[in-house]
Amino acid sequence: MDHIVIIGNGISGVTLARHIRKLSDKKITIISAESDYFFSRTALMYVYMGHMKFEHTQPYENWFWKKNRIDLVNGFVEKVETDTKKLVLKDGTTIPYDKLVIATGSKPNKFGWPGQDLKGVQGLYSKQDLELLQENAPNNKICNRAVIVGGGLIGIEMAEMLRSREIPVTFLVRENSFWNGVLPAGESAMINEHILDHHIDLQLETNLEKIIADENGRAKAVVTDKGETIECNVVGLTAGVTPNIDFLKDSGIELGRGVKVNRFLETNVKDIFAIGDCAEQHEGIGSRRPIEAVWYTGRMMGEALAQTLCDKPREYTPGHWFNSAKFLDIEYQTYGWVFSERSKKDNEQHFHWRHPSEKICITVAFDKDSHQFLGLNTFGIRMRHEIFDQWLTENRDIDHVMTYLRDANFDPEFFKLYEEEIVAKYNADFNKNISPKKKSWKRIFSIA
Amino acid sequence: MGNFDRSMSLAGEPPKALNTGQKLAVLTGMTGMGILILQLFNLNLGNTALWLSVAILAIFTGIIWFSQAAYAHKQKGIKNDGIWFKSMSSRGVLAWMAGIALTGFYIVLYFYPHYLGLVKDGDNTGLIALFDPLSKGLSGNPASQWFVYGTMYTVAILAFGVKFIWKYRHNKYEQLRTVSVMFFQTAFAFFIPEIMARLNGDLPYYDLKNMWPLNYYNFERYRINGFIDSGSVGMTMLFFGIISIFVISPFLTYKYGKRWYCSWVCGCGGLAETAGDSFRQLSDKSKFAWKVERWVVHSVVVFVTLMTTAVIYSYLGNDTSKYWLTKTVFISGVAFILTAVFAWVMIYKREELAKDAKYGAIGYFTIIVVLIGMHFFSDSGNIFIFKAETLRSTYSFLIGSIFSGVIGTGFYPILGNRVWCRFGCPMAAVLGFQQRMFSKFRITTNGGQCISCGNCSTYCEMGIDVRAYAQKGENIVRSSCVGCGICSAVCPRGVLKLENGPEKGRINSNDVLLGNDVDLMDLVNNK
Repeated sequence: MDHIVIIGNGISGVTLARHIRKLSDKKITIISAESDYFFSRTALMYVYMGHMKFEHTQPYENWFWKKNRIDLVNGFVEKVETDTKKLVLKDGTTIPYDKLVIATGSKPNKFGWPGQDLKGVQGLYSKQDLELLQENAPNNKICNRAVIVGGGLIGIEMAEMLRSREIPVTFLVRENSFWNGVLPAGESAMINEHILDHHIDLQLETNLEKIIADENGRAKAVVTDKGETIECNVVGLTAGVTPNIDFLKDSGIELGRGVKVNRFLETNVKDIFAIGDCAEQHEGIGSRRPIEAVWYTGRMMGEALAQTLCDKPREYTPGHWFNSAKFLDIEYQTYGWVFSERSKKDNEQHFHWRHPSEKICITVAFDKDSHQFLGLNTFGIRMRHEIFDQWLTENRDIDHVMTYLRDANFDPEFFKLYEEEIVAKYNADFNKNISPKKKSWKRIFSIA
Repeated sequence: MGNFDRSMSLAGEPPKALNTGQKLAVLTGMTGMGILILQLFNLNLGNTALWLSVAILAIFTGIIWFSQAAYAHKQKGIKNDGIWFKSMSSRGVLAWMAGIALTGFYIVLYFYPHYLGLVKDGDNTGLIALFDPLSKGLSGNPASQWFVYGTMYTVAILAFGVKFIWKYRHNKYEQLRTVSVMFFQTAFAFFIPEIMARLNGDLPYYDLKNMWPLNYYNFERYRINGFIDSGSVGMTMLFFGIISIFVISPFLTYKYGKRWYCSWVCGCGGLAETAGDSFRQLSDKSKFAWKVERWVVHSVVVFVTLMTTAVIYSYLGNDTSKYWLTKTVFISGVAFILTAVFAWVMIYKREELAKDAKYGAIGYFTIIVVLIGMHFFSDSGNIFIFKAETLRSTYSFLIGSIFSGVIGTGFYPILGNRVWCRFGCPMAAVLGFQQRMFSKFRITTNGGQCISCGNCSTYCEMGIDVRAYAQKGENIVRSSCVGCGICSAVCPRGVLKLENGPEKGRINSNDVLLGNDVDLMDLVNNK
């Protein structure tokens, strides 16, 4: 019987293990040095904020693993010996494998800033990072101010976490508007406002020069490229993540920034695979990046690889792109592709609507010539995944999206609806005469 | 977690102290409570109407001021910061103190009301006397312990209702259903019965929204006599009591799920959703708890059905010439209805029942066998050696008092705010059965957007592991769901939506989630 060993118990590795178990009786071992049981990484912030206890972030009760015969090993893999097909753990034990899957995720980026390894300087990715933050910034008496470096999703989450304990936060963002490498200008501007509403000291177009230590080797201030010195007790490094693959350096497995894999998620070494944040496609699939460090893609790779490992070889062929996030109080969902001004192609045109007073807006991307619908970003309005997935598959045009927008609304009952205003703006912007159709259950469920 | 806790105690604690406004608000509210407590010692404060008004006003002001100080200066959005750090909401010392105080209050209320100042033949004293002016103003009668309780209950739902609305000021669904429970409590549970008592003294006290089997005593002899003796008004109320369980509630549950009752109308639900909101995260989400829940709550349904049948049976006659509804007609009717329901479920809803069918069958056959036994071996509604009256008083003591009051509400700060609704309420079980089998209601999961964070499960007051469904892309169709909508509210990724839609496709399950290879999804899901 095949022994499949998975390094990493995050969403990719665990999804893979669950699906292998559904399909087969193979022996499955998951190794992790981070935690005994699978937890939801995206939920770590809520533990610090007091919304949940750590055990609430664990999607399966502890008996689940034994019942499904998934062996869990708490250990750190130091070496992969591909010739003899075995792993060497830090404590010296060896684990043989028939098939090996690397699902070790990411680690925070560090760009060689002076002082980046001082005490009080940390990223936010792992359970250990959470514990460290708990120690570094338990309250605003021990942490008088925190400086966060890097304006992305983790940065704004970390700011929200610290603000929940009333710790003053300075947020250094390289770009001239928050996350505008990804978000179109109007959306990015709205998030800037919302960050300021939460009393976060947002400093745009500002880079970290160095971190200054006190006499105990703890961070006591940062110096920015604008020459300003900001006193602080904690520095959060949130300028993106990078695959966590140092232990594979001399293994003979081909590495780029991540573990190089083909569309079957196979590495160059037979019987070794990689999935999730740490896997790097030779070429990005469609408009996707070669490394996709996203919860959903990790899960999807796990679903696909399980088939391959159970003798039904399948390529990793993700469907239409989607993602979501929450910026403080504003929920964000995206379906299909909406690129920022910085990265969009010439044929991509945008329709943008923003509520006059509330923090609600949407952006719809479409092809300038064919008017084909390309994607949608929505802030503060929930929308149905299935519907957009269907419209993208059917290559609908933007007029269709506007006409049937009510079908897509997923806000809770009795919420105020904005389709009327959105379509009116669309009509005015593009000289159209569309009237939105009433919501129809029949259309909504025709896809099911 | 060991590591995490240790560092927390080493490095100091997160902020959880009250701000100045909240401290003053607590002082105000506690002053009001203090007046009531002093009154227990039978101090003669003089003008009772004035002191009662001051006490209630102070409690009301305190709670609303507290909410204002907690939420008004913050951006609208989810307000769960520090829930698991605060003693009161994380089973700390304060929670245990509150739990013990509440439990004690319920024990005195149910079993020793004379300590509250209830005097059978004569003027009330103490706390109950303080409420006399209000009671006389409404119904014309002196206050009872139930009037004191009802008043405080209403004050709690109204004041904490305002708090809840403030907390969820970004969420119209939460606001509307809270206004609804505030209205039903104030009008239907508090004012209307009191005023009806003034207009027609013979009419039994009747909270019209409180239907059998939650209102387990509705068809007892003295009430039936009361209804009949009060002429057409009474008969209308009796008729309403019967159609509310057999017609109105099935219809509304079919259209909207059991939430129309449990979190829009019901008084127990009303208190749980308002005063109990701070404790919703304490419910047990384990699979074991779910198992216990199913056994216990359905046993209560069997118990209440048998008890009510036995009680009605015991006072019916045998002579068809006197009244058409005889013992035989009645018991055959009950057996017929039960058989019809059971047969219908088995024939049409077999697949949806799956494992639960077994439990349903056990419950059904227990009742039928006992009914037959009752009819042939006893004439007075005895069940085995128990008299109908013994059953009634046992139910009233165990379920009506101990379970719903002492444990159900007294243990809010320890077991969560819906312990009664989840483990004990036969009404919730009956509506839940229907919600599972025959309703348009479901919580839709939005494609593949779930990130398994666990907020939904944590804040589910009914202990449903919502995430277990959401992360599989499955809709949530659970009999216990009361449709409070909090899972949807706290979801950071907009994954959950309560809605009433077509029955087809309501219960779904996907092995591979939306967003992956379409062929793979088809392959796996159509296996």
